[in-house]
Amino acid sequence: MADVLVCVKRVPDFSGEVLLSDDAQSADARYVGHTLSNHDLCAVETAVQLAAATGGSATVLTVGSADAVEQLRTALGVGCTAAVLVEADPVTLGPADVAREVAAVVADHEASRGAAYDLVLLGNDAADSGDFQVGIRLARLLDRPVVTGVQTVTLDGDRVTLVSDVAEGRETYRLPTPAVVTVLEGGVEPRYPTITGRMKAKKIPVEERALSAEPVGSGRVRLRVPAPQSSTSTLLGEGPEAAPAVVDLLQQLGVAR
Amino acid sequence: MIVVYVETVGGVVAEVSLEAVAFARTLAAAGGGIPVDAVVCGPLGDAGPKELAEAGVRTVLHADAGEFDVFSGAAHARAVLAAREQTRAVVLMGGGTNRGNDVMARVATELDVAMAANVVAFEGLSPFTVTRQVVGGAALEEVRLGSRPAVFSVAGHAVEATPAETAGPATLTPLAVTLEPGDLTVRAVSVEAVDTEAAGNLKSARVVVGAGRGAGGPEGFGDALELAELLGGQLGVSRVVTSLGWRPHHEQVGQTGSRISPEVYIPCGISGAIQHWAGCASSKVILAVNTDADAPMMTKATYAVVGDMHEVVPAVNEEIRRRRG
Repeated sequence: MADVLVCVKRVPDFSGEVLLSDDAQSADARYVGHTLSNHDLCAVETAVQLAAATGGSATVLTVGSADAVEQLRTALGVGCTAAVLVEADPVTLGPADVAREVAAVVADHEASRGAAYDLVLLGNDAADSGDFQVGIRLARLLDRPVVTGVQTVTLDGDRVTLVSDVAEGRETYRLPTPAVVTVLEGGVEPRYPTITGRMKAKKIPVEERALSAEPVGSGRVRLRVPAPQSSTSTLLGEGPEAAPAVVDLLQQLGVAR
Repeated sequence: MIVVYVETVGGVVAEVSLEAVAFARTLAAAGGGIPVDAVVCGPLGDAGPKELAEAGVRTVLHADAGEFDVFSGAAHARAVLAAREQTRAVVLMGGGTNRGNDVMARVATELDVAMAANVVAFEGLSPFTVTRQVVGGAALEEVRLGSRPAVFSVAGHAVEATPAETAGPATLTPLAVTLEPGDLTVRAVSVEAVDTEAAGNLKSARVVVGAGRGAGGPEGFGDALELAELLGGQLGVSRVVTSLGWRPHHEQVGQTGSRISPEVYIPCGISGAIQHWAGCASSKVILAVNTDADAPMMTKATYAVVGDMHEVVPAVNEEIRRRRG
């Protein structure tokens, strides 16, 4: 029976263009939706599968704005069994702050339940900030082993097997629990919430907490968006009639003979 | 002193590490000629020191004990920390791969300093300020790294891995590293060469033919695969294609897939969302094929053909075959 904590982040769902707030301190997401990073979605799916396979629990946690309850509901809708929101202004947080807050939740859970989460899962990096380091900072605070960039996670008692695709090939890690793992997209296929799942999710209370310490921040000076490139695209033609022009170009570029 | 954590694959220095050394060189020049040293963990082929010397490295600090034969993030971070002790480095940096970010994050955590991932430029030395990619490269963040040493990783393809203008021979020096008992708790127990070889080929391919939702289904990739084969290239796909299960994840190009930098990228039926653009923006020439002339990929591409990939790509394949006789 595995108790898994999965950490997620509410991120703007940018697909076409990024706009910034007037103070250049954050992305202006007023006109876009919000979502979970792809890696987070895979971490949630992994947590739900591990909990189901072992008859355990999957708790979803986020550190961020009150609006992030929407993303917690998404995770509850696909099978997470409990949710925690540590409310804070995301702009003020750096990776060390997020790691500290997750560690505080883990410590409180351990103190109240007398048992540790077997695994803490996180997305490998967030789609917006791409910091890559919350998992490692968390593991250091908890004094637990950490593996990053993992695609599949299998539990066998108090051992966890992790598989990760790297330049050399497919690496397998085996380590004792409790452990921290950051999940990379590609190993599991996230499920979508069903209507029943959404209804169930609405009834699950979300535990709300305040920050345990003043944030140290990220060192951000400002954000900026690279100057848009004017369209310099050269039209080679339309439809199959463009084929000779395409092949002429490929030959000029030296990639077709 | 600047210390660069250098990754190797099969004893060969990774391209991303040569890029990081090139970045370090510009930083060193701005600092008045600070020496650049490299840390290599595990096996290093004979060509390695020469290649690093040509890139501008002065000393290659080599942690070559048996413990380093297999990757352990904690052990590699310990080696970087040992190099820092030895050189009194003020900058510690690596490549912006998952492995490079893992090691540099461990280093920063041990030293209790900030870390900036995926840096593309440095803005100033005092205060030490860098610019890094966020939102998959669609936005940039200027970050002040207030504490010493400055720890960061360099985004792949942020700079070219050009040789140094003046370079002497690099000294290869053994690096003694004292590992803590827990440092080897997490290390790979096996490494199996599988599909990742294909992912590696995608990252290093000279030509990539991309296919997106426009392929229409799992059976819709035959022409794109044929074009890739005719050009000696690889197939790369958009996220929606892997999400729908039409093609395997290792073929995915984008923010959460492979980042490619081919001579020519031919995205077919791919609209060009930010997340996909993050993975292909470093392509030297982009030739887009799409029914929608206003799709972001079409307006950002170097060349464009308006049309259905199922009509355009077979015609291109036929034209190539015809010219070859």
